[in-house]
Amino acid sequence: MTGLTDLTIAAAREGLKAKRFSATELARAHVAAMERTRALNVFVTETPERALAAAAASDARLAKGEARPLEGIPLAIKDLFCTEGVLTTAGSHILDGFKPPYESTVTAQLWRDGAAMLGKTNMDEFAMGSSTTTSYYRPTINPWARRGDNRPLVPGGSSGGSSAVVAARAALGATGTDTGGSIRQPAAFAGIVGMKPTYGRCSRWGIVAFASSLDQAGPMTRSVRDAAIMLRSMAGHDPRDSTSVDTAVPDYEAALGQGVKGLRVGIPKEYRVDGMSAELDRLWQRGIEWLTAAGAKPVDISLPHTKYALPTYYIIAPAEASSNLARYDGTRFGLRVAGDSLTEMYENTRAEGFGKEVRRRVMIGTYVLSAGYYDAYYIRAQRVRALISRDFTQAFQKVDVILTPTAPSTAFAIGEKADDPIAMYLNDVFTVTVNLAGLPGISVPAGLSADGLPLGLQLIAKAFDEETLFRAAEVVEEAAGFTARPGGY
Amino acid sequence: MAGSTNLIDGRTGKWEVVLGLEVHAQVVSNAKLFSGAATAFGAEPNTQVSYVDAAFPGMLPVINRRCVEQAVRTGLGLKARINLRSVFDRKNYFYPDLPPGYQISQYKQPIVGKGTITLDLADGATRSVGITRLHLEQDAGKSLHDQSPGETYVDLNRAGVALMEIVSEPDLRSAEEAAAYLRKLRSILRYLGSCDGNMEEGSMRCDVNLSVRRAGSTELGTRCEIKNVNSVRFVMQAIEYEARRQVEVIEDGGKVVQETRLFDSGRGVTRSMRSKEEAHDYRYFPDPDLLPLELDPAWVEEIRRTLPELPDEKKARFERDYKLNAYDAGVLVAERESAEFFEAIAKGRDAKIAANWVMGEYFGYLNKHGLDLPKAPVDATRLGGLIDLIADGTLSGRMAKEVFEEMWRTGAPAAAIVEAKGLQQVTDTGAIEAEIDAVLGSAADKVAEYRAGKDKLFGFFVGQVMKRTQGKASPAVVNELLKKKLQG
Amino acid sequence: MALDRTTVAHIARLARIKVKEHELDALAGELGGILAWVEQLQEVNVDGVEPMTGSVTPGMKLKMREDVVDDGGIRDKVLGNAPKSAAGFFAVPKVIE
Repeated sequence: MTGLTDLTIAAAREGLKAKRFSATELARAHVAAMERTRALNVFVTETPERALAAAAASDARLAKGEARPLEGIPLAIKDLFCTEGVLTTAGSHILDGFKPPYESTVTAQLWRDGAAMLGKTNMDEFAMGSSTTTSYYRPTINPWARRGDNRPLVPGGSSGGSSAVVAARAALGATGTDTGGSIRQPAAFAGIVGMKPTYGRCSRWGIVAFASSLDQAGPMTRSVRDAAIMLRSMAGHDPRDSTSVDTAVPDYEAALGQGVKGLRVGIPKEYRVDGMSAELDRLWQRGIEWLTAAGAKPVDISLPHTKYALPTYYIIAPAEASSNLARYDGTRFGLRVAGDSLTEMYENTRAEGFGKEVRRRVMIGTYVLSAGYYDAYYIRAQRVRALISRDFTQAFQKVDVILTPTAPSTAFAIGEKADDPIAMYLNDVFTVTVNLAGLPGISVPAGLSADGLPLGLQLIAKAFDEETLFRAAEVVEEAAGFTARPGGY
Repeated sequence: MAGSTNLIDGRTGKWEVVLGLEVHAQVVSNAKLFSGAATAFGAEPNTQVSYVDAAFPGMLPVINRRCVEQAVRTGLGLKARINLRSVFDRKNYFYPDLPPGYQISQYKQPIVGKGTITLDLADGATRSVGITRLHLEQDAGKSLHDQSPGETYVDLNRAGVALMEIVSEPDLRSAEEAAAYLRKLRSILRYLGSCDGNMEEGSMRCDVNLSVRRAGSTELGTRCEIKNVNSVRFVMQAIEYEARRQVEVIEDGGKVVQETRLFDSGRGVTRSMRSKEEAHDYRYFPDPDLLPLELDPAWVEEIRRTLPELPDEKKARFERDYKLNAYDAGVLVAERESAEFFEAIAKGRDAKIAANWVMGEYFGYLNKHGLDLPKAPVDATRLGGLIDLIADGTLSGRMAKEVFEEMWRTGAPAAAIVEAKGLQQVTDTGAIEAEIDAVLGSAADKVAEYRAGKDKLFGFFVGQVMKRTQGKASPAVVNELLKKKLQG
Repeated sequence: MALDRTTVAHIARLARIKVKEHELDALAGELGGILAWVEQLQEVNVDGVEPMTGSVTPGMKLKMREDVVDDGGIRDKVLGNAPKSAAGFFAVPKVIE
């Protein structure tokens, strides 16, 4: 049945309830789409049999009128979430053959609420990257292409498989994780909605760790409402994660439709960075106008430590990663490369098992934590992080939400920026502050560049104020009226 | 600070040993420090392992309340400062029995700060030793190197079990003091129930930090750390050996190298762990999977209120209430069970007799039969019953020992044995007088000698009377009557 | 901040990642470049600022689990992904003590 893969989650939910189509039909349409889009290399592992089995169960519940919140909704799962009995790679060679004997809390809650898994999406290795080119399982290709240029583009990263699959209409939604921008930047590159909740809102249990104090799971969808629907199932306190927050999960969808009348929208001057393209600047201005037209009040604000966010991040994230990734040692799971001694086995396994970017970050992290450098790098970075967080706290005394561009550029070609790590890191310049401060942020598709690629606007709210975030995002979404579709699938 | 008796004689003069101990005490808890896997000793390999302990991807630690409580309880027992805010750090290094590649420990902000332990020395004197800190950390698993020719086998049952690392100040000055410290620490931990103190099962392991300096010097020498010494006896041997070694090195014109050494219990020597000399850089940093541990002061107070009476207070009370000397009181309070056993008997009875019986006959039997108090066939009520029969004159001391032997063998109460065997002491003066008359009548010559001044013969008369009464006559009555008659 | 070959070799060793001799120079350049870039943090005045630790949620306290055995007893699953196991143990190349 055509059209089923074009639905939003909200529309699919209504269609299933009204019995206009069955969950099985919906799942089959997506399995077919998954096969059609294989050239994009979106999935590391496809699980059509699971999707169809779940759909059959959903049809039984729908028939009995016992539909759960995500009944029969086919989703794609970033390959960073451990899924019981299904290969979980984190995009890395070092997790060769690893089938977790457990299910991550976030995915377990999605299945609890009736969703179906289509497969595991490709990603930058261990979520380290902004392009989904560092995966051991080859790059994912963005379904979008520049007008008059057929070079394959990156879908952003690290959740690039998830952004591409949702943009290419091969899943109604997908999970992502965001450590420095890994949900919002790929969402912007693929013309979809990507939302990073407040740190602690979604459990990290069962998600392969990159940087524990920054990692947070979130939804990637084709509408703000869909993100609100998915987040409600993903979020919640988990006693198995000590950093998970014990506060009730609101009905995010209920917050929608309330508009932004009277809301104060902060416009941080430090986000107007050198070399920002005129069209991105124009888009940002339009965003301000849209919100103003809807009754919000723009307020100029300052986040003075913004320029230090990326270097701060590139100390803290690698430091935590160097320790989090020590467990990949060829002993209990994944790849083992033989060596003459135990140490050689470790060194060979980790040299072959980790890709170049992961090795680089593990070594940077090892260095900044090592004796004699810890205070100068790590402790100083944590102090600057506190200042960045304080900037936001002060700003939020004056405003309710902050509007910025999501990424400094549109999707770039595969291979571009590959030789210059710092140029690649700059992709996260607008998103990384949000992770350092633990705040919720969302990227909404807001327009196309001159060469026909999607651009996103980012909204940032106070900790645990996802409801205001969704409200404002919905207003931007409606005003932008983004209906463009990628052609490359 | 140190008595001169603690000094070592070197070739070139006298030397002082400066010692500090780091004790790793396994916390008594059902589950591990950060996971729900069991801690029981002796299980089949890898059967007490969760995905958290094996550091599977995405697994996270959640702290066990009981382990925190035990650390606080121990801190309070050591009269130490409880830090209401402490931080868990990761100590990073690679080893197969350390699955995550880091140990969760507390580095800069431990849960317990400075405290004190009072040592009971052999001469009855006491001495205070400073506790630097106590922190919570995870134990590692176990690597077995002798199961396969080419491989090391790894068992993670212990991985993640809670340990308290208790660090002393360098206040100790001899092997004997180190032993007294360990015994006292063990005693306190066992009173508190925070560690079972079982060194054979590895519930208490000790690292020794040792340096030497010339007597009178106040500067510290270069120290060596002797790792993982697992009994009080080995700790003493290791200290004796290492102190001598360091003195010899210096006296031979050499320098002590700061290093980690291993105690070879088979040969009684310490040796350098060269294979592990590779520079360690643990890259400590706060564990981002955990928040700082913040203790509710009310909870700490509640733990303080439920602390048992500890050995030092109990000892003072025994000296005061039961008029025991310091040594006896010290022996009785070393174990909570024996102190309670003694008190059950001493209440309402002659405490001196009770102490003599508990420490003499009773502990002797326990030792001889290799039994612990709870498993002994004679309980406090029974032993009390026996002592009552001595007090009321039913049994003489000698008879009581016989009865006790029978009680130990059969488990019967003293009174029943006395009755069954007709062991009752004869106190009837008429009967005893008759026996005395018979003895004196048949030994008129000896009576004359006695009266002429040969006092020693008194014992002979007592012996004869006792013989005629088959030992049942009350020695006190016999003495009294004999004296009267002989003077007669 | 320039890194020399010895330092890179030392870091690689600490991180247990084999780096071949001929890769050292290139790696020293890359890592040195990143470290030079993060060096800009030195210009921030952080006097009196407490380093951020733990969760970013103010007022949140560490929760504790009860002392209950509710995990373990899953040896087959724990060993199920191991590259090598024997007799209920994980097996690794011999450690020379």
